[in-house]
Amino acid sequence: MHELAITQGILSVVLETAEAAGARRVLAIDLTVGALTGYVDDSIRFYFDLLSRGTSAEGAILRIRREPGEGHCQTCGARFPVEPPVLPTCPFCGSPQIRITGGTRCMVERIEVEDGDEHSGCEGDPPGQPGRGL
Amino acid sequence: MGTSIPVVKAILQANQAVASENRAAFDRVGLLAVNLMAAPGAGKTSLILAALEHLPPALRVGVIEGDIASTLDAERIAARGIPVVQINTGGACHLDAPMIRSALSHLPLENLDLLFIENVGNLICPAEFDLGAHLNIVIASVPEGHDKPYKYPGMFQKADGVVLNKADLLGFLDFDLEAFRHGLRILRPDVPLFIVSCRTGQGMEAWVEWLLEHRRQQRERHGP
Repeated sequence: MHELAITQGILSVVLETAEAAGARRVLAIDLTVGALTGYVDDSIRFYFDLLSRGTSAEGAILRIRREPGEGHCQTCGARFPVEPPVLPTCPFCGSPQIRITGGTRCMVERIEVEDGDEHSGCEGDPPGQPGRGL
Repeated sequence: MGTSIPVVKAILQANQAVASENRAAFDRVGLLAVNLMAAPGAGKTSLILAALEHLPPALRVGVIEGDIASTLDAERIAARGIPVVQINTGGACHLDAPMIRSALSHLPLENLDLLFIENVGNLICPAEFDLGAHLNIVIASVPEGHDKPYKYPGMFQKADGVVLNKADLLGFLDFDLEAFRHGLRILRPDVPLFIVSCRTGQGMEAWVEWLLEHRRQQRERHGP
């Protein structure tokens, strides 16, 4: 459910960026989602398909990179990736003296666009078709 | 081929901007705003009502009540003669900064010292949406179990303070307090934990005193 609002945020960042770049269409989006946020990739994809309809991002490929949290053991110094449910001890030495950071970012890292071209105007192109600009 | 454009933007930047405006509005009048987040039934409304019993009578308190539907919680607050605004999110599972901005016009901000914002009952998404509050509080309760920090780390990582409610049930349920504390410690080492019972009043003094200390600091920084 909460992915709806998150996906609205993703779409608005994408569309603003595309418009500022004068892009005709968004082909792909690279997204980083922190594993500790609790967001479900499939839900983001589901809402993205719905919300992007009729926009320049319709049909764009959504590449989601999961970013785990980072565990740091104060006893043995190990660093290890963390996914919920968080374990209470270090996976290497078993010490409970661990700290967990990160894993809550949700960022649009990069978008790939088809450049604006006054001669193209192929609004009906299937998603993912290479652009003609530049 | 398409052109690649680096973006690197947090997806909730629009919310963040409004949250900063809200915070500035609170700071202009020297008001301390406290965002209460918890699962449904943990005792968010009860914690507000119990705090009212223990706060100095001269302290002027206002409340924003967030709920998916209904005004039941707001009615409980209004019955105490406290200014309260109900936000019905119409299905959305969290409050966001624009909702708070809309609600502020219905509150006598300049006549308030402390504003409680009761978020929608949920342990995932309210954590993502900065409302402009000065303190983000997570309320957990004994019947929910001690594993909540391990299962909802994102929420507990954002907490400036944690309240464990229904402490009067500690002797009756298999709640491992040390495991709960440990979960908080690995996620947010210095976060204060207040063990309270809204029903018996246990632990309320320490919780209220902590709020008042923040209120004093807030007034020293910004207040009239």
